[in-house]
Amino acid sequence: MENQIFELQYALDTFYFLICGAFVMWMAAGFAMLEAGLVRSKNTTEILTKNVALYAVACTMYMVCGYSIMYGGGDFTSFLGGITGDGVAGAEEPATYAPSADFFFQVVFVATAMSIVSGAVAERMKLWAFLAFAVVMTGVIYPLEGSWTWGSQAVFGLYTLGDLGFSDFAGSGIVHMAGAAAALSGVLLLGARKGKYSADGTPKAIPGANLPMATLGTFILWMGWFGFNGGSVLATASVESANSVAIVFMNTNAAAAGGLIAALLVARALFGKADLTMALNGALAGLVAITAEPSTPTPLLATLFGALGGIAVVLSILTLDKLKIDDPVGAISVHGVVGLIGLLLVPITNGENSSFSGQLIGAATIFVWVFVSSFAVWFLIKKTMGIRVSAEEEYEGVDMSECGMEAYPEFTN
Amino acid sequence: MKLITAIIKPFKIDDVRDALANIGIQGMTVTEVKGFGRQKGHTELYRGAEYNVDFMPKIKIEVAVSNDLLDQTLEVITNSANNGKVGDGKIFVSELSQVIRIRTGETGDEAI
Repeated sequence: MENQIFELQYALDTFYFLICGAFVMWMAAGFAMLEAGLVRSKNTTEILTKNVALYAVACTMYMVCGYSIMYGGGDFTSFLGGITGDGVAGAEEPATYAPSADFFFQVVFVATAMSIVSGAVAERMKLWAFLAFAVVMTGVIYPLEGSWTWGSQAVFGLYTLGDLGFSDFAGSGIVHMAGAAAALSGVLLLGARKGKYSADGTPKAIPGANLPMATLGTFILWMGWFGFNGGSVLATASVESANSVAIVFMNTNAAAAGGLIAALLVARALFGKADLTMALNGALAGLVAITAEPSTPTPLLATLFGALGGIAVVLSILTLDKLKIDDPVGAISVHGVVGLIGLLLVPITNGENSSFSGQLIGAATIFVWVFVSSFAVWFLIKKTMGIRVSAEEEYEGVDMSECGMEAYPEFTN
Repeated sequence: MKLITAIIKPFKIDDVRDALANIGIQGMTVTEVKGFGRQKGHTELYRGAEYNVDFMPKIKIEVAVSNDLLDQTLEVITNSANNGKVGDGKIFVSELSQVIRIRTGETGDEAI
């Protein structure tokens, strides 16, 4: 009888894990639609190609070496070392889910981190330079940083973040801020899009081509986030974990709502009109803000945390614009600035497992590692194959120069 | 015969069309156009950054009329397109030397 209950629990947790992983996989569609909506129509095919290709690259690289770097004790040679078929017989402690379900759930997170980069460098980066970076980011940069956090390894053998009071439930820092740090280093080496700044340096608007697509993308991400945060509970087959899953779903939704309302109101106050794109960024900012700890706040507190993210994201987008850091979709603000805020909010509701100092050290470790290593990789790519298309190709649109096909041929010709 | 070319605000096109139909005008040509006059352009904000709309969307109506209908037509267009604001548009009147109905070959006032 006891064994039957265990088997049922194992089956249920594994099933839950897989479904959540499939939800997170669907976030790749959300990023693709959001980014395709916020770029100009002449760059649509290329941004879609980037999004589908980076997803496949992330899945492959994480299988080849990423997963074993992150969870295999840093053993670079043991390909697929962490994945065994049976979580009961194979694991040191009997797990309540299949190891391959864990791999599947982890691999879609890598793709999420990489998706963040593609929006920020949109409309001017060479496709193959981006994919070359994706190989390194998803195969080494992200997994190493993940090994120090979720993998519980010491940072280059020096200090262990978990001991210092660092806690990041589903990855405000580990996934989102890491993706933003890689994006920021790329954007700094890449420069702004032509026409983004007038001669005297004032930022000019480059409106996105398709706001229905951007809105659909945001809704898809919002839905996928239930898998992202909800799955990070790692179990659902007990009263305790089922309660925790339900709280995480509730708070994740509340934070997105709070973020959207706050961003909509701030944009209305600053610009005089309701800016849809800011509202969409606000919802995502709310989601990023709650991701570091969705299980301990009350729903009202989760809404307020989300709202804080929503306010911050609008101000951050305006500030980055003034600093000439051209981010067409606001990815660095949504995932980086608000990712940091999410980390710093954790000790407010979960002081037992985290401290402000631990969160700051963790955030600094993640940011410095990802930013510096990404900068080096981008720099190397820039010096060898180049990262930016020519001015003429940029004017014509990267759809033609990189992919040789337009997204809407009947419309643009 | 005269050719009346009127540039009006797009949201007034239905009013103008109905008003002209009421006085017996039997045809017109309508084109979506862009341009600027004293209204000039304006600026909009997208994600907090400005962009300029230098040419305002307008509608151009072309109506051919016989000389005896001219004054009434001008009055009807002026009244129905009037919104009392800068940017309401302009009406140009020019001489029309010939009109031919393609199907029948009729010419002049008969063809209007």
